[in-house]
Amino acid sequence: MKILFNIKRPARLESLNYLIDMIGSCAKEQGLSEKKINEIRIAAEEALMNIINYAYKQKEGYVEVVCKTEPEGTFVIEIIDTGIAFDPFSVPEPDITQDIDTRQIGGMGIFLIRKLTDDFHYRRDGDKNIQELVIKLTPHN
Amino acid sequence: MEITNRQEKEITIVAVKGRIDGITAPEFETYLSELIAQGRRSFIINCSGLEYISSAGLRSILIIAKRLKTEQGNIYFSGLKGAVEEVFKISGFYSLFKIYDSDASALNNI
Repeated sequence: MKILFNIKRPARLESLNYLIDMIGSCAKEQGLSEKKINEIRIAAEEALMNIINYAYKQKEGYVEVVCKTEPEGTFVIEIIDTGIAFDPFSVPEPDITQDIDTRQIGGMGIFLIRKLTDDFHYRRDGDKNIQELVIKLTPHN
Repeated sequence: MEITNRQEKEITIVAVKGRIDGITAPEFETYLSELIAQGRRSFIINCSGLEYISSAGLRSILIIAKRLKTEQGNIYFSGLKGAVEEVFKISGFYSLFKIYDSDASALNNI
């Protein structure tokens, strides 16, 4: 495992662009395509926005982002917060087959993370929520 | 994000460039809401300069589309590419909306 960066910022909207830009440039250094980099940025935004909006309620808190590569050829983004326990897998998948009248307007964020990454994991470790977004470093990506 | 619009007979073509994300989605939604308030009812959203759309952007599109439906309006999309095209596919937007390669082909078909 090689850690590419590890940064901690207040869990606020003002931190979002900086964190996503850091993740984006790190993905670029791995030789990923422009399309894949944008998909990674979207997936990371979804995870970060959930933390910014919900993890700490009215209190101040932090979000930590670790980018690393694993020897099996994956690029991993670890997103950590110490807010309320939140298992993204507890959120039901949206029904994307409904028409415009019945279609729900929300609930797409976690679904996008799952679909835009090759693997997505969550674990609660002590007071931490740890989300892991995994992207395979293949020529296809 | 950068948004412009032009009128082609009764259809308003809205070109959106850059990113529709958690920060810019409210601005995108307000822009379209104001056009609807002015009486515009048919829209082509040109996405050829759009690099990125997150769930916040999808949410704004669904809000606008539902509103247009109740006002007997329509929303179409053109010029999707890269990650935006992928997100539209994943989200089922290809069965929800009519999507065209370009404004010209949209205008010919609607």
